[in-house]
Formats: sequence, C-alpha cells, structure tokens
Amino acid sequence: MFVAPAFAQESTSDHQLQTELEVETHEGTGVFPPFDSTYFASQIVWLAITFGLFYLFLKKVLVPRIGGIIETRNGQIAQDLEEAARMKAEADAAVAAYEQELADAKAKANAIGQQARDAAKADAEAERKKVEAELESKLAGAEARIALIKDEAMRDVGQIAEDAASAIVQQLVGSAADKSAVAAAVKAVRS
Amino acid sequence: MANDPIHQFHISKLIPIEVGGIDLSFTNSSLFMVATVAAASAFLYFTTGARSMVPSRGQSMAELSYEFVANMLRDSAGTHGMKFFPLVFSLFMFVLFANMLGMFPYFFTVTSQIIVTFSLAVVVIGTVILYGFYKHGLKFLGLFVPSGVPGLLVPLVVAIEVISFFSRPVSLSVRLFASMLAGHITLKVFAGFIVSLAALGPLGIATAVLPLLMTVALTGLEFLISFIQAYVFAILTCMYLNDAVHPNH
Repeated sequence: MFVAPAFAQESTSDHQLQTELEVETHEGTGVFPPFDSTYFASQIVWLAITFGLFYLFLKKVLVPRIGGIIETRNGQIAQDLEEAARMKAEADAAVAAYEQELADAKAKANAIGQQARDAAKADAEAERKKVEAELESKLAGAEARIALIKDEAMRDVGQIAEDAASAIVQQLVGSAADKSAVAAAVKAVRS
Repeated sequence: MANDPIHQFHISKLIPIEVGGIDLSFTNSSLFMVATVAAASAFLYFTTGARSMVPSRGQSMAELSYEFVANMLRDSAGTHGMKFFPLVFSLFMFVLFANMLGMFPYFFTVTSQIIVTFSLAVVVIGTVILYGFYKHGLKFLGLFVPSGVPGLLVPLVVAIEVISFFSRPVSLSVRLFASMLAGHITLKVFAGFIVSLAALGPLGIATAVLPLLMTVALTGLEFLISFIQAYVFAILTCMYLNDAVHPNH
C-alpha cells in the first residue's frame, strides 16, 4: 500500500534515478497512474480471466454447495418440527385413548356392580318368597290341624251332650230315653 | 520517490506478454487479481468443506456472506432476480476481497484502478441491457418512459432517463475507484507526515504523534469503507438488475 520513506532513504541515488526513469517511460506524459492507458488492455484481459474463472467456480461449485448446506439445514429444521408436531399429535391421541379407556372401564365397573346388586337383590327376594311360602304352608297346616282338632272336639261335645241328655232324661223320667230322639234334639240345639 | 502517495498505484510488469502488438503483460495488478480470486475462492471453498449441520466459525461466515447477498438481491430484484445470484455474489466477494487485500501494506489495490472498476460496472450494465432485451424485447425500452408523464414532457423525461441510465456504469465505477484511491492516498499522506516530522528532531518526533493517531484512525475507517464500498457496489448491481427483470416498475 505505502512504502516507508525510510526504505527510500536507504536506496541509492542510482535506484532513484532508475525509478524516475521508469516512471517517465511508463507514464509517458506523466499522467496520474490510474488514468494511464498503457496497461488498460492488460488489466481488462487479466480481469476477464480472473473474474471469469471466479464467477464460474462460484456458479458451478460454491453457490450450489453453500446453497445446499443452507437448504439441507432448513429442510432438517422443518422436518424436525414436523416430526415434533407428529409426536405431539400422537401423544395427544394416546392421552385421549387412555381417557376413553378409563371412562369405558368405569362404565363397565358400574355395570358389573349394578348387575351384582340386582342379582343379590333378586336372590334375596326369592329367598324371602320361599321362606314366606314355607311359613304360609306351615300356617295352613297348623290351621287345618286346629280345625281337625276342633271338629273332633265338637264331635266329642255332641256325644257328651247326648250322654248328658240321656242321663238327665233317665233321672227325670226314670226310664232310658230314646237314643235317636236325644241325638236329634242335640243336633237341633247345636246347629 | 517512495514518499510519493501516488507511487502505490503504479503498475509494473512482472511477466511481459504481447499479443498482436497489444501489451497484455502479467503485472502486479494481474497478480493481485489472481490473489483476490484465490483468497475469496479459498475462503468460501475450505470453510464449507465439512458441510456441517451446525456450522463452524468459518462456515458460518461463508454462509453469512451468501445469505447477506442473497437477501440483498431478493429484496431488490425479487425471486426472479435470483438467477443473477452467482454474478452478484462473485462481484461482492471480488470487490470485498480486493479492497481488503489492498489494506495490507505494500499490497496493490486492484479496485483503485478505474479501468478495473469500470470493467466490472460494464459487466453489470451489459448484463442488464442484454438480459432486458432478451427477456422483454423492445418492451425493455419502456424503462425509459415512466408511466403517467404528460405527453409534452415525454421527450424531456426520456432524455433524462437515458442519460441517467448510461451514467450508471460511470457512477458505479467512479464511486468505488475514487473511494479506494482517495482513502489510500490520505493514509499514505498522513503516514508520510509521521516520517517527515520525525526527521526534524525531538520536537518533530513529539508532534509526529498526531499524524500517527490520525493514520491509526484512518486505517480503521478504511476497513469500514472497504466493506461499505463492496456492499454499495453489490446493492446497486441488484437495483440495476431489478430494471432488467421488471422494466415497467
């Protein structure tokens, strides 16, 4: 960029002279170097060669490569996000399925309980009815026996009344009364 | 002679070549064009070799410059303009590396040669004109006739538009060339002051601190300008290319 003047001071006057001569021959009329057209053709040609090669290298190798890296990364990120979203959806579905199953199980348990309760109730009812029927039949038997005993007792009562009546008649009349007449009389009284 | 601030822009033959009477010698300017291209290519090529998903520092820089230019072009010329991405990217990298290499002491600054910046500008404008006519045919000339101009003013406006269009390569090249040239001359002049003052004895050495500080500050400024000029060159290229892609806007 810039040459230290110290360097220049070291150089011999020969060198300085040569440089000045060079400058004179290069510059010709001593124009400002960037406007010196001596090397315009050379600079254009070399720029075309170097920049052309650089452009081709960039276009064929570097741009696809860097673009590819960036695209791959963006694709990877998008894919990962998608994957995450999919997994979240899966997890949500699993939670929903679990809750559904839980609700089903609860409902099932309720149903089983209800069934068991109903069965127990029915059993108890049946048992109760059986016992009641048994008691009923026992009661009926007892009533029948009571009626039988009563009948027997009533029949005995008739016999006793006939005996008592014939005895009374024998005492009052002095002779044995007609058995059939007494029986008829007792029957008439009793009925 | 060496204290001459203009000396740094001298071109010297390294390998003399002459084709058909035209001097096409390989000069120090050619050498630094090769160096610029080699440095920029090597930077982009070797940093992206690993193609890592999580980029290294170098790869990150290469990707950053890629996306910087890509966004610049997409913002000004739209997605249709992306076909010019390799051109804009290579122009940006070339100018940036040429400017940055020029910041090294004793190095030649390729972009301080008007013919180099003008050639680059001609490449841009040539692309605009060729692509514009190739894509839009004669409708491309509508670029020079803004819509909604009253009939009487049309010739005047067209003349102004044509002049402004053809002054683009001039302004594009002179802006870059002049910035680099002026910056390097200023640096050289202030650096020269340091030595001249220091040669005057103790008082001179004490005073030489001032131009030294100035040189340090200017060096920082020059690095900034090197980047900004590369950016300006690239963004103007994008805007001109936008005219080729959408001539009716």
